[in-house]
Amino acid sequence: MKRHRATAAVLSVLSMGLGQLYNRQFGKGILFLCIQIASLIYLIPRAGHGLWGLFTLGEQAQQRVKVGKITKVIQGDHSIYLMIDGLIIALIILLVVGIYIANIYDAHRIGKVRDTGGKTNNFIQTYKFVTDRYFPHLLLSVPAFGVLFLTIMPILFTIMLAFTNYSSPGHIPPAKLVDWVGFQTFADLIQLKSWSGTFLGILKWTVIWAVVATFTTYFGGLLVALLIEQSGIRFKKMWRTIFILPYAIPQLISLLVMRNLFNGQFGPINQYLKAFGLGTLPWLTDPFWAKVTVIVVNMWVGIPVSMVLILGVLTSIPKDMYEAAEVDGATAFQKFRIITMPFILFSTAPILITQFAGNFNNFNVIFLLTGGAPVNGDYQYAGHTDLLVTWLYSLTLNFSQFNMASAIGIIIFIIVATFSIINYRRSRSFKEEDMIQ
Amino acid sequence: MRKRNSIFRLSISYIILIIIAIGALYPALWVVLSSLRPGASLYSEHLWPDHFTFAHYKELFHNKQFQYGKWYVNTLKIATLTMIFSTTLMTLSMYALSRFRFKGRQTTLTIMLVLGMFPSFMSLIAIYIFLLQLNLLDTHTAIVLVYSAGSVLGGFLVKGFYDTVPRSLDEAARIDGASHMQIFVRIMLPLSRPVLTYIALTSFAGAWVDFIFARLVLRTKEKWTLAVGMWDMVNSFQNSNFTLFAAGAVLIAIPITVLFIFLQNFLVQGLTSGASKG
Repeated sequence: MKRHRATAAVLSVLSMGLGQLYNRQFGKGILFLCIQIASLIYLIPRAGHGLWGLFTLGEQAQQRVKVGKITKVIQGDHSIYLMIDGLIIALIILLVVGIYIANIYDAHRIGKVRDTGGKTNNFIQTYKFVTDRYFPHLLLSVPAFGVLFLTIMPILFTIMLAFTNYSSPGHIPPAKLVDWVGFQTFADLIQLKSWSGTFLGILKWTVIWAVVATFTTYFGGLLVALLIEQSGIRFKKMWRTIFILPYAIPQLISLLVMRNLFNGQFGPINQYLKAFGLGTLPWLTDPFWAKVTVIVVNMWVGIPVSMVLILGVLTSIPKDMYEAAEVDGATAFQKFRIITMPFILFSTAPILITQFAGNFNNFNVIFLLTGGAPVNGDYQYAGHTDLLVTWLYSLTLNFSQFNMASAIGIIIFIIVATFSIINYRRSRSFKEEDMIQ
Repeated sequence: MRKRNSIFRLSISYIILIIIAIGALYPALWVVLSSLRPGASLYSEHLWPDHFTFAHYKELFHNKQFQYGKWYVNTLKIATLTMIFSTTLMTLSMYALSRFRFKGRQTTLTIMLVLGMFPSFMSLIAIYIFLLQLNLLDTHTAIVLVYSAGSVLGGFLVKGFYDTVPRSLDEAARIDGASHMQIFVRIMLPLSRPVLTYIALTSFAGAWVDFIFARLVLRTKEKWTLAVGMWDMVNSFQNSNFTLFAAGAVLIAIPITVLFIFLQNFLVQGLTSGASKG
């Protein structure tokens, strides 16, 4: 009785597709065989070297050898290329192993159908079955491939960097090799005075910034929304359009423009202050005022979004609640306090957390407006307004401290993930999605 | 008494609204007027120029240093392709994740959430080396690929939308013998027009203004996008030629701003539908 399933499975273990051929599913069998041949052709010359590179990160650095009177450069191993190659090879091996297991499973399953006297599908039937039963998998396969190589692989690579000593000046390939160092980078970040001071200082400002930026934009948006939605205000649509404008202008442009508006010497803001007989302010050059400026500008950028969201909530509050309150003789303020505010807070609480996480990583506002300046002498490669994420950026692109940047990226991830988990536990679309219908 | 109160309340509200409106409009007005002002300096006596000139706009297209026309075409091409690919990928994958219950679905959703929490340019170096080895560096294909693949992770909005479409619709169609693809094309796509417009718009705008990945991937001047060119302009001589920068800024901002204002109803729907469902 068990003849077919066992034989088919064993044949498929020996080589992909053999079990299918044995099951007389020739189209599928040939497809599996082709996949196997292609992956073997790809992997055999590469797999060994790739994995060796991943584990050792190279053994021979670039060398200069004197041959007679000329120095010749002998190319050594480039640790970073070896690492990324190794990672890609490892991912491909995993992929092939996955297909291999699916192949054995499939051979066994079809064998079972034959054992129990069922009819097996031919290739066209299989095709129809797959597009029906595995429709979602088919839809997801293309994006999954893109995400695997352009998001997952890079993130894995960067996480791995945090456990190496890949940094300037001592360990930059091709001249030098990079080595695995375990948790040394994290230890340095906490123990070395210069790094830990910078890290804690920036972390503190990042948290203050995220809290203040979230609340100012939220309550600013609330204020504007309430003003527009008052009974008696006319041209509601016009006001909304005007206030949406800052959101419609690309941040790249509006923030670079703001940088000029707040220019200490020639900017119009200081000109107006002078015209009114007030002193000028060092908007972007003084540590304190630079922080004020980024928060004010962030309000300009962020209020429209909150406004739109809150306007949406306001229109969804049932009108009869207000009517009932009026019958009971509630004043306008009481209506606001008892009906409007709880309603808004209840439906926007998840957004508040999302916005907090967004502000925590608000790269654009800081990078385009101040670029982290003014420079802080006590900090390692950072300025007064730098957030963790802009610090990460400049560590990577300007100062080549790749291992430290990766460690910081991991820490940012842990912080943001904590907030997001709190949020998604409450979010309907993730947890109770089947309950909507 | 009550009437007087309400007039007082309304006039205060109008005053506040007008002040905020000036605050919202001023930067835009200022940069547009600056771009039309003769001279090159940031400083000017008045907001309103003495006379208007289009010289800065002409210079953008004629100065050999800029190749502004070329960048405009590049950007248009990249943004349009990105919009098409990422909207397609996002809609298809989110439809699958919302509509079907299959093994590994929750895992996929969790992985997507987790990946979305990493700062996006943590992957800069790896993507650079990866593209270098594929010989794709400095090509527009690469940048479209990077944008489109990255967009999928931001698709929860679309999923939230499909979650709200009643399942009885597709069940009825299934009984009538429609295949999954037919249901998707004939029923779901027409229904999801608002959310599609929203993500198409945001992905177009995203590609239009991104300079981080674009600067990394596009190395030669002829291949640049507007945002990269603009960024270069700001870094090299912002203060010495502010009016030229202003003209460039206006040209970059106008298409996006006009689109957003005209499609603001879709925008509002998109933002709020994402909100109530996370």
